[in-house]
Amino acid sequence: MTVTGIGARELATPAAPAGPEPVRRRRLLPAVLRNPWGRPRFLVLTTWVYIAWALLPVGIAMLFSFNSGRSRSVWQGFSLRWWWTDPSFSVFHDPDYTHALVHSLELAALDMLIATPLGVLLALGLARWRGRGSGAANGLMLVPLVTPEIVMAVSLLVVFTQLAIVPFALIHLGTGAQVVGQVTFSLSYVVVIVRSRLASIGPEYEEAARDLGATPIAALRLVLLPLLLPAILASMLIVFALSIDDFVVTQYMSSNASTTTIPMFLYANARGGTTTPALNALATILVVTTLIGIGVAYLIYTALGRRASTGEVSALRDLSGLETA
Amino acid sequence: MESRSHWRAFALPGVVWLGLFVVVPAYAVLAMAMGRVNFLLQPVPAWNPFGWNPGYVSKAFSGALPGGEYWPAVRNTLVYVSVALALCFAVGYPVAYYVARHARRTKGLLIMLLVIPFWVSYLLRMLAWIGLLSSDGYVNQLLQTVGITHPPNWLNGNPYSVILALVYGYIPYFILPVFAGIDRIDRSQIEAARDLGATPWEAFLRVTLPLSRPSIIAGAALVVLPMFGDYYTNDLISASPHTNMLGNEINLFVQGGPQVNLGASLVLVLMAILAVGMAYYVYVTARDARRFA
Repeated sequence: MTVTGIGARELATPAAPAGPEPVRRRRLLPAVLRNPWGRPRFLVLTTWVYIAWALLPVGIAMLFSFNSGRSRSVWQGFSLRWWWTDPSFSVFHDPDYTHALVHSLELAALDMLIATPLGVLLALGLARWRGRGSGAANGLMLVPLVTPEIVMAVSLLVVFTQLAIVPFALIHLGTGAQVVGQVTFSLSYVVVIVRSRLASIGPEYEEAARDLGATPIAALRLVLLPLLLPAILASMLIVFALSIDDFVVTQYMSSNASTTTIPMFLYANARGGTTTPALNALATILVVTTLIGIGVAYLIYTALGRRASTGEVSALRDLSGLETA
Repeated sequence: MESRSHWRAFALPGVVWLGLFVVVPAYAVLAMAMGRVNFLLQPVPAWNPFGWNPGYVSKAFSGALPGGEYWPAVRNTLVYVSVALALCFAVGYPVAYYVARHARRTKGLLIMLLVIPFWVSYLLRMLAWIGLLSSDGYVNQLLQTVGITHPPNWLNGNPYSVILALVYGYIPYFILPVFAGIDRIDRSQIEAARDLGATPWEAFLRVTLPLSRPSIIAGAALVVLPMFGDYYTNDLISASPHTNMLGNEINLFVQGGPQVNLGASLVLVLMAILAVGMAYYVYVTARDARRFA
């Protein structure tokens, strides 16, 4: 190093023959100043305190589902009472709880089945379509991501209660409207995930397929879709998680008690003094389901993504088969 | 390419969906805000712009100004969101910085721990604090063991609890983009600053911080947008009109009674406030893009 400045880096990594004298001098300097790539204790502390603060309350709330008493804030001993053993008030026996659970899963499945194909097509279209209207369509796709949920919920509520023309007149508050609302906000997430994958794949494989004689649709089906598969599966599971966690739109689009979901049930009963730890059990089920979904999405994405390098080769091999066929 | 148009056909179903369920509803809110009530006192939107009645909209906008009927809610919203954002930065930036820059063996674990709250239901996270902050909860037990015999009432109109809950609820959305932003910064730029004689603190202030600014702004947008429309955090943690935010007023008028016209007008107020913020965001990102290009 020929720099004539302070040479702080040299200071940070002292020369090899370091006698007792420089060692003592080094200790006098504060850790962060001595070496910016060292272990800054203040930052370590902040990070771990933050993580404890972020996760411990959730852990405690989940633990309270095993409380043997009725309280959700004072621990009275361990039991499985609110999970199973109480024949009428446990989470799997109280019909109010099981109904919310089933309806949440129902909505998540419907949202996933509609939003994923719609979003994949939209992502492909928006990525390739150049010309009049494509800029506006791109902007429109981003709107649900930057609008506060309550704005979306109020506007959909006005449409479904006031507009008596097809298709709005065909959709009633309740499951139908809930699915429409959830698809509307989850669509953009699918588009964002699939488009970023599309961008990283690049146009080369598809062009190669076209050069080898594949029709645009065949190139799409045999080359692009297999390459997009990890992104499609991952976005399906993310839609599932978004749907099952959603509160605002789902609540505005609900009709009566029969369309209550888990988050709505939590909202309605969180402050009720009479609610038992079965509520914590319900919330625990919700969180565990979501985290499993996200975990699986992550594994699929990384596992299939890693295989993509060989997958690309096999996609081209499929194409040469197509050529001989 | 002979078949450009098939890409447009691919986009069509999604675009139609967004048109039906984003664009039409947006107009419906405007029509409702400009609407009337019929003789049964039911709200009726004015679909035709020539029949618009600006009464509710002017009532909502004038009420949102200082001294107006909705000013307390607007003030609460602005104060809570600003304080919560400042706290998100004060806590979130050091955490993101540490994980991006210093964590080595633990980096993967830390990223996972930062992502988990993202996917833990917001309602459960509020439920957790309701348990902890309730009068016989662990927070008050702790305060009593250190000698505070009359701990505050956390869950009835306490603005500090609301701000705490907002920070707790939204800070993961701030940390992740900031982490990604700091992680992307090329280390050789910091080394260059150090080699040219900058102290670590100067290198941080003049290299790392400016380079992470776009991600700070993105993270701020991600937490501010949902906070402005939030009503459920307040309902759960405070449940008192004393701490009402704009979202609570909208929710009350739209879901609680027949004043949907007014609720829709307050949605326009909310969008107007956000439009000011968005304009600033677009201005700053455009300027940064020019500067770093």
